[in-house]
Amino acid sequence: MTHLTRRKAKNAGMILLLAFAALTVLVPLVLIFVHIVRMGGSAVNLDFFTRIPSPPGEAGGGMANGMAGSALLIGLASLLGIPVGIFGAVYLSEYGGSRISTVIRFAADVLAGVPSIITGMVAYALLVVPMKGFSALAGALALALIMIPIVLRTTEEQLKLVPTSLREASLALGVPLWRTTLRVTLRSALAGVLTGILLAIARIAGETAPLLFTALGNQFWSGRLTQPIAAMPLQIFNFAISPYDDWHRLAWAGALVLVTVMFGLSLAARFFGRARQQ
Amino acid sequence: MASDEYEFGGAVPTEAESHSWKMEKGVSGDFIFKGVTVLFAFSILAILLLMVVEMARVSLPAIEKYGWRFVIGREWDAVQGNFGALAYIWGSVVSSVLALLLATPLSVGTALFITEIAPKKVGGVIASLVELLAAIPSVIYGLWGVLVMAPWLQRTIEPFLNDHLGFLPFFQGAPYGVSMLAAVFILMIMVVPIITSITKEVLLTVPRSQKEAAIALGATRWEMIRMAVLPYGKSGILGAVILGLGRAVGETMAVTMVIGNTPQISLSLLAPAYTMPSVIANEFAEATSQLHTSALMEIGLILLAVTLLINALAQLLLWSVTRKRKGGGRP
Repeated sequence: MTHLTRRKAKNAGMILLLAFAALTVLVPLVLIFVHIVRMGGSAVNLDFFTRIPSPPGEAGGGMANGMAGSALLIGLASLLGIPVGIFGAVYLSEYGGSRISTVIRFAADVLAGVPSIITGMVAYALLVVPMKGFSALAGALALALIMIPIVLRTTEEQLKLVPTSLREASLALGVPLWRTTLRVTLRSALAGVLTGILLAIARIAGETAPLLFTALGNQFWSGRLTQPIAAMPLQIFNFAISPYDDWHRLAWAGALVLVTVMFGLSLAARFFGRARQQ
Repeated sequence: MASDEYEFGGAVPTEAESHSWKMEKGVSGDFIFKGVTVLFAFSILAILLLMVVEMARVSLPAIEKYGWRFVIGREWDAVQGNFGALAYIWGSVVSSVLALLLATPLSVGTALFITEIAPKKVGGVIASLVELLAAIPSVIYGLWGVLVMAPWLQRTIEPFLNDHLGFLPFFQGAPYGVSMLAAVFILMIMVVPIITSITKEVLLTVPRSQKEAAIALGATRWEMIRMAVLPYGKSGILGAVILGLGRAVGETMAVTMVIGNTPQISLSLLAPAYTMPSVIANEFAEATSQLHTSALMEIGLILLAVTLLINALAQLLLWSVTRKRKGGGRP
């Protein structure tokens, strides 16, 4: 074998190996999807969306209270997290000096990597202990802490893409800076900002660990913010580790619904993202 | 906003508005608006500080009572009030490191395949599939892990390892399904998409000219990867791997569901184990005493310190790469 053929053989071998790596990575994805669709598909029905879980051993039941609870938690967390993220980003891109902005940016990136169970513990120390009880409010705070760095970083990226000339044009017309920022800069970046918000919501919709000792979960309906509240990811967790087949079926159905919602959200995010580029 | 009906580029400004500059000596809209943004931006720093302070405050009783014995003690007995976290630390370290060892070659290989080998369209499809994997919530990995993967491991892989490699301490004992091995596999599946997508971003910053130079010198595609792409991207790839490590160390739900939750230090991968986030997830809501809560919070504090360090290091490495502008396609 000549030197050249050996090099070519090595090249072909390595390319095959890389292709094999890519293929291996996709195997679990396919397996997980097949199982979610097959097991979940046979368990999702109207009851699933309208009823609360049935006691162990009884067939049927659904996750209606968990879905409502999750929606409430996500809504509250967004109320807390989105303004902080967006206006924090406005500071970084429109006002901040370069050094302090770098520090805050770095802190946000580090915060985004903090395990989600830690935000649950912090919300526990801040709200559950003083209020002497698990509550929807504490769950929402834990989720908001996860949202803030995501919204902040994506919004800032989008604001940076708005041309300076647009801001200058507005300022030259005598519009104050704050109104320019709201009506010109943020509005131009709206699609991108929405993308970031949708991605953040998709992220927290599936979060379980931060809710374990904040929202705690609830077998029944509850709309009160100071009481424990049901959440879909918590129900999926509890049913998955239970020994009952009926509850396993509910967990698979929950997984199918959750994944569908999340992919819907990221598709919508992509749609907005693309609209921005054009 | 005071006058919501005011549209930029719309109606002629009213008298009051056209003279609004006169008011800027006093408390102007700009001042208030900037104040709000400053407040929110600095709240990021406040949140980080608050996290550390609050967790340190709650874990103080355990820190005072046990000192260093907390991290070297093996006994965890909530009834007797004996708390040593070594078994959890062991479980976290072993599961994360092994998962990373498996995930790194797979991820870097996949990222290289996407950016350097595959036709653009195929690469794009694989990249979006990998992103889908990253978007699946942890609890769903856990559901699949405990109901599908662990029983499968118990039937096939674990008996196989035990039969053929059972003379090694790593593969001894009865196959339970839920085990350290299951945790390693599920963590590997979960960190691969993260490392892959970040490595891909890093590889895209390799200047086209570098790659063209290698090709022009007669290098094969693999030689180009080895000589031009990997050396250029190595600190960024390291950053991606470290970020994956941070994710693996903090991963809670999926691991809790498949690792078996038994606080023991065993060399065998077939034995159940326990990790730091798992014990918090399982015991925190039902902690029996103040000391128990405090001990769990101290585990959380250790976890926070470790992940802060890991993430800071990873971000520094990644920033050093992505700050350089985009390189551009392949030759």
